[in-house]
Amino acid sequence: MNETFHLDAVPIRLKGCGKTYDGGVCALEPLDLAIAGGETLVFLGPSGCGKTTTLRIIAGLESPDPGGRVYFGEDDVTDLPIERRNVGMVFQSYALFPNMTVIDNVAYGLRVRGVARAQRIARADEMLAMMHIADLAGRRIDQLSGGQRQRVALARALVVRPRVLLLDEPLTALDAKLRDTLRLEIDRLLRELGITAIYVTHDQAEAMALGDRIVVMSKGRVAQVGTPREIYHRPANSFVADFVGIMNRLPAEARDGMLAIGRELLPWSGPEGHVEVLVRPEDVIMGTGDGHLDARVAAAVFLGDRTRVLAETADGRSVTVDTPGRTDLVRGAAVSLSFDPARLLTLPR
Amino acid sequence: MAKRGISFWAQLAFTLLVCALLVVPVVLSMLAGVTVNYFVGIKSGLTLRWVEEVWRLYAETIWLSMRIAFACLACTLLLGVPAAYVLARRTGAVARAIEELLVMPVAVPGLATSLALIVTYGGFGDFRRSWVFILVGHVLFTLPFMVRSVLAVLHSIDFATLEEGAASLGAGFLQRFFHVVLPNCLSGILAGSLMVLTLSMGEFNLTWLLHTPLTKTLPVGLADSYASMRLEIGSAYTLVFFLMIIPSLIVLQILANRKRA
Repeated sequence: MNETFHLDAVPIRLKGCGKTYDGGVCALEPLDLAIAGGETLVFLGPSGCGKTTTLRIIAGLESPDPGGRVYFGEDDVTDLPIERRNVGMVFQSYALFPNMTVIDNVAYGLRVRGVARAQRIARADEMLAMMHIADLAGRRIDQLSGGQRQRVALARALVVRPRVLLLDEPLTALDAKLRDTLRLEIDRLLRELGITAIYVTHDQAEAMALGDRIVVMSKGRVAQVGTPREIYHRPANSFVADFVGIMNRLPAEARDGMLAIGRELLPWSGPEGHVEVLVRPEDVIMGTGDGHLDARVAAAVFLGDRTRVLAETADGRSVTVDTPGRTDLVRGAAVSLSFDPARLLTLPR
Repeated sequence: MAKRGISFWAQLAFTLLVCALLVVPVVLSMLAGVTVNYFVGIKSGLTLRWVEEVWRLYAETIWLSMRIAFACLACTLLLGVPAAYVLARRTGAVARAIEELLVMPVAVPGLATSLALIVTYGGFGDFRRSWVFILVGHVLFTLPFMVRSVLAVLHSIDFATLEEGAASLGAGFLQRFFHVVLPNCLSGILAGSLMVLTLSMGEFNLTWLLHTPLTKTLPVGLADSYASMRLEIGSAYTLVFFLMIIPSLIVLQILANRKRA
């Protein structure tokens, strides 16, 4: 990796940016968001949640409804079209130009900026070297694999030294194995460049791995903003709890600082009364003896590093439990589940 | 190789018969153009005299046809390519309706189109008498072919995203259009161009009504020669026409094959 290539960390601010399409369909409710310089922010959500719309507003491909403003540092860029915002963008389909070779694709941003040919080819070459694809310079786009296209798209977006790097589901078109490799590579690249990056995905694993912060979105609205750990361990609402990872829900009674769950009373500092407690599969302790709750194994799926068990309690509730991979269980086996009160969550009402 | 049954040979014979039905008249006609006396037959000898005669009598019409064809190509490029681009960009029902309506000039008989042109513009004498009048008819007739050919390519590539990619790199509208959109629909433009040239060169229906004695095109001259000259001259004329139009048809076919590959 080239040590000298470092980009400015420009903070980005959205103020009241909403988007309503012709015909009154609201794609995004007015959104206020501050993205720190150098931060990698991930927009996560199912399709149609408004994440791509937000990215396109930041890019300048869509304009926000009247009243919304977009700031790059101190500059109000709301009225600038994308070609004058100096952003780097990686598209889901990569949008590489089939009529140009790899090197001409990468050098294109410099070409429209009027950089002399020899100079722009030299800079594009550097960028290809940084992405470890220097040997592809003369290839046509249709001769590249998906992963290679991905690297070319990144090189092309970065060569113009953009103020912000925007990535729209850049790994979705790739197969799982390659996705993991490239995810790590992109993560390392973003850290080293120091650039402000905004990443859109529907894949929570990608969001967790890459984001300094994650913005979970649903139906045009922000459901939660937080670090990956906050999102995972302290979901703000039911949507986040269910969308990110797997979450078990159990009814329980809380009174006088104690939580009644199954046959056990646990010390409790959460809300009182009839509550629904949430617990992650890896936070459920499974044993054979005297736990808090009796259950039977309804299904056990061996995943290599762990075994995912679907346990069914006497009153018909399903609880998903992650146990070490070597745990061997047969269907119908009696188990008992225990809980650590520190790892039980409740959702704010 | 497996032994072939009777049905194979029957089918082959039938196919060859049909081919012969189509090819024999063409060959005979071309042969007539280089035969000294068609009624005596090929034994009267071969000659290029009739071809020379055609050149002497009708060179004017050949030049005019070529001039009109290339002018027509220029017009359809300037009008058709931007029109296709705009149609492809628009997603509304109106754009789709216009796309469908584009076949109209092909479906409406050339006679009707040319009558409409004469009724509307016949009063402008200088215009009516000039070759540009025929050009207008040809552009009307061939424009849909150019638009549809370019549209087909534009619909097959995600040019909107390509353009967004170029824009994100700082390219303005004209740069995007000339650097990215045009080069990527070149195959459609090329196919459309050959189609326009070929159609314009061979156009008879419209031209028959639009021409004046001083603005005769090749096909009109051809009809004229069959009507009023010896058969050999008409045939030689056909030969000349073939030689002009076949190369572009072959290139057209090659392009079509390459697109499918």
